[in-house]
Amino acid sequence: MWWLLIFRNPHRRLFDLQTFRPSDIFRMKYIEPHAHMVSRTTDDYEKLAIAGCEVLCEPAFWAGFDRSSAAGFYDYFRQLTDYEPKRAAKFGIQHYCWLCINPKEADDPGFAREVMDIMPQFLDCPNVLGIGEIGLNKNTRNELAIFEEHVQLALDRELPILIHTPHLEDKLKGTRLILDSLATFSKLDRAKVIIDHVEEHTISQVLDAGYWAGMTLYPQSKCSPNRAIDMLEIYGTERLWMNSACDWGVSDPLAVPRCMLEMKKRQHTAAAIEQIVYHNPRKFLSQSPRFV
Amino acid sequence: MPSKQELLDLQFIDARHKLIDLAAFLDRIDRHPGADDFRYAALKAALPILLTDRPDRARAVLDAFSDHSTEPIPKAVFQGALGAPR
Ligand SMILES: [Zn+2]
Repeated sequence: MWWLLIFRNPHRRLFDLQTFRPSDIFRMKYIEPHAHMVSRTTDDYEKLAIAGCEVLCEPAFWAGFDRSSAAGFYDYFRQLTDYEPKRAAKFGIQHYCWLCINPKEADDPGFAREVMDIMPQFLDCPNVLGIGEIGLNKNTRNELAIFEEHVQLALDRELPILIHTPHLEDKLKGTRLILDSLATFSKLDRAKVIIDHVEEHTISQVLDAGYWAGMTLYPQSKCSPNRAIDMLEIYGTERLWMNSACDWGVSDPLAVPRCMLEMKKRQHTAAAIEQIVYHNPRKFLSQSPRFV
Repeated sequence: MPSKQELLDLQFIDARHKLIDLAAFLDRIDRHPGADDFRYAALKAALPILLTDRPDRARAVLDAFSDHSTEPIPKAVFQGALGAPR
């Protein structure tokens, strides 16, 4: 237990009981801007609420397997717009979502367009913030074409956009392709676009181009808390948020509050922590008229 | 901002643990039968970056594990990612 180590630490400079109060952060409210709760248990909602989560946003994504028909997405969109908000509300958490067909299943453009035909039925639901998480997976031509059709849909409806960047070795190339593609949309308001899952090799390109950037605290394949904090220290807190992206894989719904604790250990002030986990996501999300 | 000494107090044991684990992984791959592949080669190629003095070693390691081609591909051969380009 870390609090026992404090007494054994001869230096006692960093994490001193005299100055550290768990209530400084454990009472702090925060927003989880990216979590796939359809894959999580109700117990997770309870843990999130206990940790201080007040608002949670769920982008539409891959379910861990390919759906067999577009009707599978009809039910998924019902789950995101009707069932999950009710499940979250039982714990005092406000649930919002983003809708799209994810890049993994967008490599079949005929199928993707069938799903996109269903989307307008749901885009006016009260918890729908915008279009997401669109993006690329293996950086294919079809993925890029469907990505661009989603961007156009968002522009037509004046909705914010949440973008997924590819995994591991594909992230750098995918981020560049996404940025090149977005640059062709002359009417796009870059402040209404967040490019998620940035890491050290992609963050500066995203921020320099004027977009928001999301740092995902996900075991092994994305950022650790300490790497995310490094990026905060290097790039500042403007236009950045942190999320867990917890889903059907080994992932941690409490990744954001765990990172808040690491920030505290690294002497970030309570105000600085609240800025990144509450005020920043609130600022970006408030661009959707549905976000209240 | 914490001093170097404070960060060492906080994180040295964790970093030491990760380095020993990596060393043991290299030993394990060498000890076991069969051929290694592009992933192992990419890992070994990235290791010297750790000994440089550049301020962005994490970024350089990520760059070393990245596909640097620039054109979208015609069709995905598989859906996942392996962590290093073939
Ligand atoms: Zn996601």
